Amino acid sequence: MTETPSVAAPAETARKFNIDTVENAAKTPDTELPWAELGLKQNEFEEVVKVLGRRPTGAELAMYSVMWSEHCSYKSSKNHLRQFGDKVTEEMKKDMLVGIGENAGVTNLGDGWAVTFKIESHNSPSFVEPYQGAATGIGGIVRDIISMGARPVAVMDPLRFGAIDHPDTARVMHGAVAGIGGYGNSLGLPNIGGEMVFDSVYQGNPLVNALAVGVMRHEDIRLANASGKGNKVVLFGARTGGDGIGGASVLASESFDDTKPSKRPAVQVGDPFAEKVLIECCLELFKGSLVEGIQDLGAAGISCATSELASNGDGGMEVELTSVLLRDPTLTPGEILMSESQERMMAVVTPENIAAFEAVMDKWAVEYSWLGEVTDTGRLIITWEGEVIVDVDPRTVAHDGPVYDRPYARPEWQDSVQADSFTGSVQDTGRPSAPADLAAAITELVASPNMCDKSWITKQYDRYVGGNTAMAFPDDAGVVRVDEETGLGVALATDANGRYTYLDPYHGAQLALAEAYRNVATSGAVPMAVSDCLNFGSPEDPDVMWQLAEAIRGLSDACMVLGIPVTGGNVSLYNQTGTTPIHPSPVVAVLGKFDDVARRTPSGWKEDGQAIYLLGTTAAELDGSEWSNMRGHLGGLPPKVDLDAERELGQILINASRDGMVDSAHDLSEGGLAAALVESSLRYGVGARIALQDVLDRDGVDLFTALFSETQGRAVVAVPRSEEIRFTDMCTARGFAHVRIGVVDAEGGTLEINGVETMSLDALREAHEATLPKYFG
Amino acid sequence: MTELPLIGEAVAVAAHPRLAGAKIGVVTFPGTLDDRDAARAVRLAGATPVELWHAGTTLGDVDAVVIPGGFSYGDYLRAGAIARFAPLMSKIIDAANSDAKLPVLGICNGFQILTESHLLPGSMIKNDHLKFMCRDQVLRVENNTTAWTGDYAAGQEITVPLKNQDGQYIADEKTLDALEAEGRVVFRYVGFNPNGSRRDIAGISNAAGNVVGLMPHPEHAVEAGFGPEIGSGTEGLGFFTSVLNKIVGDNK
Repeated sequence: MTETPSVAAPAETARKFNIDTVENAAKTPDTELPWAELGLKQNEFEEVVKVLGRRPTGAELAMYSVMWSEHCSYKSSKNHLRQFGDKVTEEMKKDMLVGIGENAGVTNLGDGWAVTFKIESHNSPSFVEPYQGAATGIGGIVRDIISMGARPVAVMDPLRFGAIDHPDTARVMHGAVAGIGGYGNSLGLPNIGGEMVFDSVYQGNPLVNALAVGVMRHEDIRLANASGKGNKVVLFGARTGGDGIGGASVLASESFDDTKPSKRPAVQVGDPFAEKVLIECCLELFKGSLVEGIQDLGAAGISCATSELASNGDGGMEVELTSVLLRDPTLTPGEILMSESQERMMAVVTPENIAAFEAVMDKWAVEYSWLGEVTDTGRLIITWEGEVIVDVDPRTVAHDGPVYDRPYARPEWQDSVQADSFTGSVQDTGRPSAPADLAAAITELVASPNMCDKSWITKQYDRYVGGNTAMAFPDDAGVVRVDEETGLGVALATDANGRYTYLDPYHGAQLALAEAYRNVATSGAVPMAVSDCLNFGSPEDPDVMWQLAEAIRGLSDACMVLGIPVTGGNVSLYNQTGTTPIHPSPVVAVLGKFDDVARRTPSGWKEDGQAIYLLGTTAAELDGSEWSNMRGHLGGLPPKVDLDAERELGQILINASRDGMVDSAHDLSEGGLAAALVESSLRYGVGARIALQDVLDRDGVDLFTALFSETQGRAVVAVPRSEEIRFTDMCTARGFAHVRIGVVDAEGGTLEINGVETMSLDALREAHEATLPKYFG
Repeated sequence: MTELPLIGEAVAVAAHPRLAGAKIGVVTFPGTLDDRDAARAVRLAGATPVELWHAGTTLGDVDAVVIPGGFSYGDYLRAGAIARFAPLMSKIIDAANSDAKLPVLGICNGFQILTESHLLPGSMIKNDHLKFMCRDQVLRVENNTTAWTGDYAAGQEITVPLKNQDGQYIADEKTLDALEAEGRVVFRYVGFNPNGSRRDIAGISNAAGNVVGLMPHPEHAVEAGFGPEIGSGTEGLGFFTSVLNKIVGDNK
C-alpha cells in the first residue's frame, strides 16, 4: 500500500498521517484505493461508492471492507440462513426471549431465569497460530455471552484436526488445546465437553469451534443498541493495538495460499486476565443498571461495534477516534477501526450514570475512554481531531452489505459416492465373525483416533470451577446448575459428522442435530434450543455451495420436526486448501433444561445386577461409520434419519430420568453399540454380561452388524430391578422398541458379550487410553 | 433401588449452634477464580462468608481467612508474586503472625501467594509434565493438629480435585527435612504425584499450624454430585468445619 490516505504509512507533514477526510474524498474522486487488498470485490467497491455518493475515505473503506467480508456479513449464506427464522412455529418461539441476529440468542428457563449460548468458529487463526487462535476463540465467544447481560457459566470446544499421524497435527493439537486451557482456565469457566475428530480433510483447515453459555435474570437481558440522544459512548477494557488488523476480511474470508506472505500478525493475541476482569466488571455494570447498550469488540473491532450499536439504535452516533486508547501510537485511523485487539467492550451510558460507571472501572482497574455520544441524525460520524473521516448510514455498514445468490448444484460426483457402499467394497473384506476376531475388532475400534479416550485433552481443562458442574466429559452432555436453591440447570452437547454430511449434506446435518438432541435427552434434559457453527469450504465452488444450502435446509427442516429453534450461530466458509474443501461440517449444539440437575443421568454403569436395555432397532448401516473409516472407506449413504423416533426416544429418556427409572444412559452414535458398551463399562470400571440374540432375531442382523452399525435413534440404559416393569411398560405404551440385552456385572472386571471373546476392562482401558498419549506425549 | 447422590442434598453438616456466628473471609484479587466456591464451602460448613477485596486495608472481624485459587493479577510474572504486595496481604500477614494466630488457608494460587508472602516456606514451579492438569486427587492427611485439619483423622485419605499449571512444590533439602521433622507436611499426594512435587508434598503449614497452604481444592469437594466422583465427593468439607470447631473451641 503506497500513497493511500489514512490506511497508509505516516506522512511527512506535521500530522502523523495524511487524514483522508470526507471533504477530501468528495474533492478527489479519482484517488486510487486499496479495496482489492482489503478483500473487497470490484462490484462491492462500486456499491460502496454508490451508497456514499462519492468515493469512501480510507477509514470508511476500512470499515466497509471488514464489515462486508464473508465473516461479518454472511453474504454467501444469508439467503439460506433465513430458513432458520422462517421455519419456526409459534410453539417453538414460546421460550425464545431473543432470537437470531443479536450477539447470542436467549431462551427462557423459567423461574425468572434465562440462558444464552452460542457456538462460533476460530478456524483459520487456529491453523496459523494454534495457541492464540484457539485462546481468542474462547475469549470472543465469552464476550458475546457477556454482551447479552449474562454471566458466562461454561464453555465447550468441538475440535477437528488432520490425520492423527500427520507431522503437523501435533503442532495444531498442542497449541489449540493449550490455548483453550490457558485462556479458559484463567476465566473461571468450567469446560464441560466438546468433540475431537481426526481426519485428513482437516489437515490444512483444522476446525476450532468454541461454545459458551451464560445465564441471567430476565430483567438483566441487554441488547447491542445505542439509543437516547446525548447518551455517551465508551470503549473499555484492553487498549487497541495492531493485532488482528484485517483478520476478519483477509484471514477468515479467503483460503490459504502458499504464495502469499505469512499472515501471522493478523491473528489476535489474547490476555485472559484482562478478559476475566472484564467479565466481573461488566457484571457489576449490569447489576447497577449502568449501561443502556453494550457490544463486544470481536471481528472488525470498532468498525463493527460502532456501526452495529448505531444501526440497532434509534438515532446515530458521533465518535472521536483520537480518544481511543492505543497500545501502538503509530496506528492509522483505518487500522484503529479494523484492529481486532481482544478484551474490549463498547457501551452506551446515560450522562447521569457516568460517575458510577467510572467507579466500577476504577475498582477493577480497567481502562476506558469516552469516545462520543448518541445523536439523532441517523448517521455514524467518526472524526479525527475534529475532522470528519467517516460519515455513513450505519445500516449500510452493518446490515446492508452485499448478499449473494451463489450458484450451487449437486456435485457430479455425489451419485457415484453414494453408490459406493462399504458393504461388499474392497475394504470390506475379512469382516470379523469369530469370537476372538470380534473382540479384537472392538478393541481396535475403541483405540481408534476418533473413538479413543479424550482425557489427554480434557484433563488440561478445569471442569470444577464455579462449583456447579453436575456432569462433564465423557458423559453424553455437559450439565451445569443455574439455581443453587432449586437445582434448575442446563445441559449442552455438540455434534457433527463430516463423513455423514459429505455423503448426504441434507441428512448429514440432520444427523448432527439428531445426535446432539439425543445426547441432551440421554442426560435427562429437555432439549430447548439450537446453535450451529457451519464449517464449509469455499462458497464460490458450486459443489460446496450446494452442500451448504442442503445442510441449512436439512437442519432447519429437522428443527421444525423436533420443535427446537436455532437461536444463533456462525458460518465459517473458505475452509479449504487449494481446491480441496473440508468435509461439510455443520457442528450443532443443543441446549436442554433440567428442573433439577440432581436428576441427570450419567453414561456409566455402577450397580451390580441392574438390567441393561437397548432402545431402538438396528439396521445394517455401516456406510460412513467409524468401522468403514478405520478400513479407509467413505461412500454410500449415511444412516437413516428418523426424527419422530428421536423425539420418542428423547421422551422415554427424559421421563426415565425424571422418574428415577434409569441409573445410566448412553446414546449410540459413532462406533455403534460396541463403542457404547465399552464406554459405559469404562466410565466407572464396572462391566456387564451381554447377549444380543434377541436383537439379532428381531432385527435380522448378524452380530458384527449389531455391534458396529451406526443406526440412529438408539440408546443403552441400565434399569434398577425395581423399576424394570415400570420402564418396559412405558416403552411398550409408547410403542418404542426395547430389548433387555444383559446385566451390569460389578464383580468380574470384564465385558462379556455372547459370541465375542471376553474382554477384560483393564485391557480395554489400556487400549482406549493409550492412543492420544502415544501421538501427543 | 440405589439412588444416585442427589445434587444439592446431603450437604447438611452437624453445625454447632455457635458456628453460624463465625465469619470467614474469602479474598478476591483481580483474576481470582474460586472465590465463589470457597464462599459456598464456608456457607455449607455452617459459617458466614465475608468478601474481602484485595485493595482493602482491614480484615474486619473475620475469624479466619481463605485465599482461594485463580490467577491473581494474571500471574504473568510468577504465581502469587504480585498478589503478595496487595494492601490486604500485609494485614493477613500481620494477623497470621500475631498472638491471635488468625487461621489462614491458601488454596492453589492462595498457597502460591502464602509462599511468596513467606508465611510458608518453599515455592511452586511449573508441573514437571509442563501441562495444566485437572483430576480427582487422593491426599493423605499427615497432620490433623492444624487449624484446618482437626476434623480429619491422622493418616486419613481424602479425594479432592486438583487443577493447576504451576503446582510442583519445591524447597531446599534442609527446609524439606525441617518440615518433615516438625510435622508440617500436612498433606501428601497418594498413589500419583501429579506435578513432581518434592516428597509428594501437597500441602504444608507454618510452625504454629494456623497457616495452611495446599495445591488441591477442598472447596470443590463440599457438595455431592459437584465434586470428585471418587469417594463421597464431600471430603473437602472437613477443612472448613475444622477451622470452625477451632474457632468455637478457642472462644469457649
